Amino acid sequence: MIFLRLFGEFFCTGLFSVGGGLATIPFLQDMGLRTGWFDAVDLANMMAVSESTPGPMGINMATYVGFTVAGVPGCVIATLGLVAPSILVILIIAHFLEKFRNSRLVDGVFYGLRPASVALISSAGLEVARTSLLHWDALEGLTAGNWFLLFHWKAVALFAAVFLLYQFTPVKKLHPILLIAASALAGIVFQM
Amino acid sequence: MNLYLDLYLTMAKVGVCTFGGGYAMLPILQRDVVEKKGWITEEELTDYYAVGQCTPGIIAINTATFTGYKVKGNLGGVIATLGMATPSVIIIALIAAFLSHFADIPWVVHAFAGVRACVCALVLSSVIKLFKGAVVDRAGLVLFAIVLILSSFVGLPSVLLVVLAGLAGLGLRQIRGWRR
Repeated sequence: MIFLRLFGEFFCTGLFSVGGGLATIPFLQDMGLRTGWFDAVDLANMMAVSESTPGPMGINMATYVGFTVAGVPGCVIATLGLVAPSILVILIIAHFLEKFRNSRLVDGVFYGLRPASVALISSAGLEVARTSLLHWDALEGLTAGNWFLLFHWKAVALFAAVFLLYQFTPVKKLHPILLIAASALAGIVFQM
Repeated sequence: MNLYLDLYLTMAKVGVCTFGGGYAMLPILQRDVVEKKGWITEEELTDYYAVGQCTPGIIAINTATFTGYKVKGNLGGVIATLGMATPSVIIIALIAAFLSHFADIPWVVHAFAGVRACVCALVLSSVIKLFKGAVVDRAGLVLFAIVLILSSFVGLPSVLLVVLAGLAGLGLRQIRGWRR
């Protein structure tokens, strides 16, 4: 029964991958090898599509693999398999946190977790900045004379423009998706 | 509107507006769930990201489940998560069926170079906002700096850093308790 197996495979992926969507990649590689459902080239293509379409990347990946294996029902089954362990674990934790919200122990833990959480989000942001604002592969031939080759200048300019505009009230009130859409357009117009 | 339906539709909207991983969801959650709906606070959002980094499953799903639970209990958690996943299922199914070379189309490549630069800027703005609420004293600032360095430049796994930061927080509170 292919659907049951698909659900089981993604349930395990959801249970064992901890962190962002990229954390699922090693499990998906392994899944492809074991089941023969897709190969490394397929996986690379799925990653590229998942990164450049709406929706969190991890869910997009699961949906894509599910479609490859078993069509539209496969999409739904794979995604349900991926989210099921999260829902179970988080509901238990959320219940526990609500019960012990006023405990000094939980308070102390979160006192340390909050700065760490912001640092980890910053770190993920830096990683995206590194791949989208820099030409990392130009680093090897870099000298003091051609340091400017390291930067993807059009992207840097767009980044700076969006960040600065977003600090001003009329723009701040706009929904972020409008800025994302405008940036997509800018990307096409300026051939980024 | 029925609160469950509202939760489902709001999270579906968050899903549509997210390009990238769970971190890319942050500016959208801040706008729609914190500011517009007032369902959770900035501090709670920070907490969800912290716990979501070290529990099974990807951060985007974990954060959605937490938010839904806060609004409407267990069923709320399930509905919020399904809402967030729904656009992915529809969009990817369409692309997989009709446009398997989607990511190679030149204008798509250009558009997403623009989107990524924009997401960086939005995440930076969101991080600044969260920073003000999360880093409240000098110890917090030191903790922030240490975790950022260990994560970005040393490459230690997030799970380990979250556990250590939690212990550090507990330790710091204990020491201050003794002094009092």
